[in-house]
Amino acid sequence: MDRKDAIVKYALQMGDHALVTGQRLSEWCGHGPVLEQDIAITNIALDHVGQTRSWYQFAAELEGKGRTEDDLAYMRTEPEYRNVLLLEQPNTDWAHTIVRQFLYDVFNYYLHENLAHSPEEGIAAIARKSLKEITYHLRYSSEWMIRLGDGTELSRQKMQTALDNLWMFSGELTQMTPLEEFLATLGIAPDLAAIKPLYDEKVDEIIGEATLKKPGTTFMQSGGKLGRHTEYMGFILAEMQSLQRQLPGLKW
Amino acid sequence: MNLEQQFQDKIDQEIKIEPRDWMPEEYRQMNIRQIAQHAHSEIVGMLPEGNWITRAPSLRRKVALLAKVQDEGGHGLYLYSAAETLGASRDDLIELLHQGKAKYSSIFNYPALTWADIGAIGWLVDGAAIMNQVSLTRTSYGPYARAMVRICKEESFHQRQGYEILLTLCRGSQDQIDMAQDSLNRWWWPALMMFGPSDGESTHTEKSMNWKLKRKKNDELRQHFIDVTVPQAEFLGLKVPDPLLKWNEEREHYDFGPIDWEEFRQVVAGNGPCNKKRLQDRIQAHEEGAWVRDAAMAHAEKRSKRKEDALTNRVA
Repeated sequence: MDRKDAIVKYALQMGDHALVTGQRLSEWCGHGPVLEQDIAITNIALDHVGQTRSWYQFAAELEGKGRTEDDLAYMRTEPEYRNVLLLEQPNTDWAHTIVRQFLYDVFNYYLHENLAHSPEEGIAAIARKSLKEITYHLRYSSEWMIRLGDGTELSRQKMQTALDNLWMFSGELTQMTPLEEFLATLGIAPDLAAIKPLYDEKVDEIIGEATLKKPGTTFMQSGGKLGRHTEYMGFILAEMQSLQRQLPGLKW
Repeated sequence: MNLEQQFQDKIDQEIKIEPRDWMPEEYRQMNIRQIAQHAHSEIVGMLPEGNWITRAPSLRRKVALLAKVQDEGGHGLYLYSAAETLGASRDDLIELLHQGKAKYSSIFNYPALTWADIGAIGWLVDGAAIMNQVSLTRTSYGPYARAMVRICKEESFHQRQGYEILLTLCRGSQDQIDMAQDSLNRWWWPALMMFGPSDGESTHTEKSMNWKLKRKKNDELRQHFIDVTVPQAEFLGLKVPDPLLKWNEEREHYDFGPIDWEEFRQVVAGNGPCNKKRLQDRIQAHEEGAWVRDAAMAHAEKRSKRKEDALTNRVA
């Protein structure tokens, strides 16, 4: 694998995480549990789609094959998408959405904190710019974890169910792929083994404060970062790409 | 001078009425009704456009649409706050909406079927709303007038954005041009209906005008909208779906064909294509969010009790 090629692939993967999570969160727009949270979750979706654009633009330029951010978003197929499985899981309800975002935000925060110091300036610049937003995302989802975990009996049950359901997708976040290993040896992206203890500690802390029970050791699902997705992914892309696939090659 | 005369005097002198001022009960109620209706329109208005966020055809458009719909939520929020300054509660107002007892702008009972509709909604629907709202920046109730100033700024940005979506389509392929024309065909008449019935038929006009709740008449606003919008349609290269539309040199206004007020009445009465769906969506969001709101409240109470206990312990 050559260095440039690896950086392009990594930027795409980062963009894919952001786009799929932005896409899922934007499904809430107009349907939130209360107006203030409708606005807040839409704002977070907006951050993610904004970050997607930064990553894709960087990848497209470095790749130098004349592809645009929209080619990358709208003209790639499921196996070409490299987002983690966690992010493509459906919103289901506010509890599942919050748990999914929380499990991701913790990881995303430590990842970006590290990437902000990457010797690859393109990566570092995007990470620095995103870190402020991601810090807020983590605060938001942590607060909601605690509020709903330690809210009513019903809300605690719903949060526990969501946590139990989504837990098996959390392992993939800190599991290294060959691409990530390669970039770690070059010092461009972090060794995820170093992030894992930070991740576990923060997750434990918030789950504890939320009076929830951490799920026992389960077999962790993975494959998203290698292009093997869950059944949900096809529908996400079918919906998102519908117009570009119907009338390709146009300006919108 | 009695209270009522003092009140009218202020209005005549263009002094804004503020929340703590004396006001006739009818003025209060008319304001609550109008502001709530406006707030509901913002919230229900999120739905037809929200419907296209996940399918926006480029990332740039997706970001712009998310931001736009989010702005509308924000408008709803400060309009509900303006209504609360008159003693109404947001929960009660929303409850009335869900019971079908409060209105929202009927335009949102039409479906957003294609991407071009996102352009047409911005250009025509926000455009018509702005005509109305610019005149409301001078409405007599202070908090409402001030909310309108802020809202108008954002709305005119939305309108330009909508127009730019259509301009891109109209400079694109034949499929895109057809999509834009079809969209204008569907949205033109409902947009004209947004200004409400002719003033002769509108029940609230006279009092509203005296109290400066309303600053311009429905027909006046509608004519102004048509005069401004027709040249914009021509620039797009689209045909306005009105065979009687014609510039009148003498009046210096466009003449236009009759509006189908029966359609308007039917849609207002609940028989539009999306009335049921829009209300169901709002009710569903509210009901499914109940446990979240309850839990947030319960948690806040636990927290403040813990704080109190901690304080008591320290004192003891």
